[in-house]
Amino acid sequence: MAWTRKDLLGLEDLSREEIELILTTAESFKQVSTREIKKVPALRGKTVVNLFYEPSTRTRVSFEVAAKRLSADVINIATETSSVKKGETLVDTGRNIEALKADIIVIRHNASGAAAVLSRHVNISVVNAGDGWHEHPTQALLDIFTLKEKLGKISGLNVSIVGDIAHSRVARSNIWGLTKLGAKVTVCAPKMLIPVAIEQMGVRVTENIDDALSCADAVNVLRMQFERDEENVFPKQLEYFKNFAITEERLKKAKKNIVVMHPGPINRGVEMSSEVADGANSVILEQVTNGIAVRMAVLFLVAQAKDKLKNHEDID
Amino acid sequence: MKILIKNGRLIDPACNLDGLRDLLVENGKISQVSNNIKADADKTIEAKAMIVMPGMVDMHVHLREPGREDKETIASGTRAALKGGVTSVLAMPNTLPAIDSVDNIRLLKDIIKKTAHANVLIAGSITKGRQGKELTDIAQLKDEGMVAISDDGSSVDNKELMLKALKDAKKHRVLVVCHCEDKALMNKGVVNLGIISTRLGLRGVSKESEYTRIKRDIELAEKADSPLHIAHLSCKESVELIAKAKKKGIKVTAETAPHYFSLTEEAVLGYDANMKVNPPLRTKEDASAIRGGLADGTIDAIASDHAPHTENEKDIEFERAEFGVIGLETMLAVSITELIQTGLLDWPGLVKKVVLNPAKILGINKGTLCVGSDADLIVVSPDKEWLVQKDGLVSKSKNSAFLGRRLKGVVEYTICNGRIAYPFINHT
Repeated sequence: MAWTRKDLLGLEDLSREEIELILTTAESFKQVSTREIKKVPALRGKTVVNLFYEPSTRTRVSFEVAAKRLSADVINIATETSSVKKGETLVDTGRNIEALKADIIVIRHNASGAAAVLSRHVNISVVNAGDGWHEHPTQALLDIFTLKEKLGKISGLNVSIVGDIAHSRVARSNIWGLTKLGAKVTVCAPKMLIPVAIEQMGVRVTENIDDALSCADAVNVLRMQFERDEENVFPKQLEYFKNFAITEERLKKAKKNIVVMHPGPINRGVEMSSEVADGANSVILEQVTNGIAVRMAVLFLVAQAKDKLKNHEDID
Repeated sequence: MKILIKNGRLIDPACNLDGLRDLLVENGKISQVSNNIKADADKTIEAKAMIVMPGMVDMHVHLREPGREDKETIASGTRAALKGGVTSVLAMPNTLPAIDSVDNIRLLKDIIKKTAHANVLIAGSITKGRQGKELTDIAQLKDEGMVAISDDGSSVDNKELMLKALKDAKKHRVLVVCHCEDKALMNKGVVNLGIISTRLGLRGVSKESEYTRIKRDIELAEKADSPLHIAHLSCKESVELIAKAKKKGIKVTAETAPHYFSLTEEAVLGYDANMKVNPPLRTKEDASAIRGGLADGTIDAIASDHAPHTENEKDIEFERAEFGVIGLETMLAVSITELIQTGLLDWPGLVKKVVLNPAKILGINKGTLCVGSDADLIVVSPDKEWLVQKDGLVSKSKNSAFLGRRLKGVVEYTICNGRIAYPFINHT
């Protein structure tokens, strides 16, 4: 199959085949980063703009590295330094970037749906690097890529996602991606952090961490952002650690080869003990490495699709 | 001016009229309704295969003037009304300033007098500045012509104050229109709370925030023995509460808006802020309960809740966009498409919802084809299809929830106070 989308807004919209295509493309890009000269000319002459409305180091840097290894030119715009502070709207900012003849906007925004709104107003590609509580598709793709690399397949796996599900775009994207590929997903959190009706997304819900770990082939541990508890629904930090944190003791009761993932940055001693983070089951640093390959694949595919669309228009 | 309308299907349940007749308008009044009228008219309208019905009375309209003329004006809003077949609107008081004093109502009346193209009825606010703290002077405002009070956009949280407002309103024969929403239960929500809010990662508004406030206001109306009108019903529980109250003999009436019986929360997928309304679009089950309430008479009226907003306020991040959609120009067509074509209501039934009942609830002398009454009427091609497009809309704002939809039912003529007010003669 061929990739035809100029944007990547979320995994909810994608078919199983489309997700698999990104993963296979990422496989072939992965070895670029192991070469002496870590660069291919796939996006030479293209400009990628990282438009980040939220502070982010790891995702932004990952996209930047990915774009540069594809030979694209990269511009980083952060809200602190842009005219966004002067009240420019998202759509105006997007149109200005388009007028600079950029090819891809990678957007991180604190409002759910921001990437979708932007994509309606620009003709260039839009890649969602996280919108509010909605989706963070490239994070889920790199999680899935890593899992597949470790366990050989996704279909039939039991994957548990633990933490603040309610406010997590990583959780939502993982749920869509994993279920589409045939994994069985369990979400585990204190009741207040489980969003309404989430079982309708095809997941099992539990408030018991041991239950979540008991038959899991992998556990994806979300960062607990205690500093951002706007709604005052978080349990106390110590209480959370006691009841939900991934510790060596808890892992002893789980499958021996359980894969432990975390999107980072880790709060050591909050959602996960240091021993687990640095332990044999942890693939956290591999996730970071794979993030480059997955983002290279996404940038490459959307750029290619956009070029095809453009050629089509030219012929018409 | 004499206008003769020939061969239309005249519908007005108020005078038991449903059949092919001619109708003559003379000096602003309906002077004759019968078979085969011969008259020397200034204008003759051939209405074969068309519906002739009283002009609609839309009891929930935001005209935005004074204060937000960038969204809508009395002039542009009443033109939109005429195009949609609405000849009388109740203008909501959440303007800048709010309609909460004699000075402000006089200011509004002056603009209406100078610029309105259709009949504009005035609602004042329940509390000063719509702050929910101090009641307005209902007696004074009534003397200035106000017909209803509402803090629309918010609910009066203070129970004692609301009870007093209901008692005052009863004394002065002014209708109380309630926007029922318990802010404490709103959770800063922007869509219905449920699977869709979860999928979209948006804050959800529970149905509870609506129906618990309806329950409270019904109890207060019962206590005050005062008429109470509930605005924009959106969910099943609300319909059930109204039905129960009516059965009990409480003087409560209710309206819904076309988007609540024709759209569901799924329309929000894709983050189109033209689907962002308050209360939010609910589930299929709720939309079906709203249709049921219309069919069985629990819901008395359909009103547009016409709420114009500029593109800058709508075409942005969903959670930051304003609530509300325009509706004057699509109310009839959506009702025809969703209620008549589906067999849920017949024509006399629809005329009750959009004309008779709202006129009765407001206590105004409008909305009938009976001989001698004001000539406010519309001629409609019921099966003619049209595409809702920004370009075709005459409202100053284009935030319709029905853009891109094909609807049935086109208003061919609107006669307002005895004059052909639509089609517009010139483009002003």
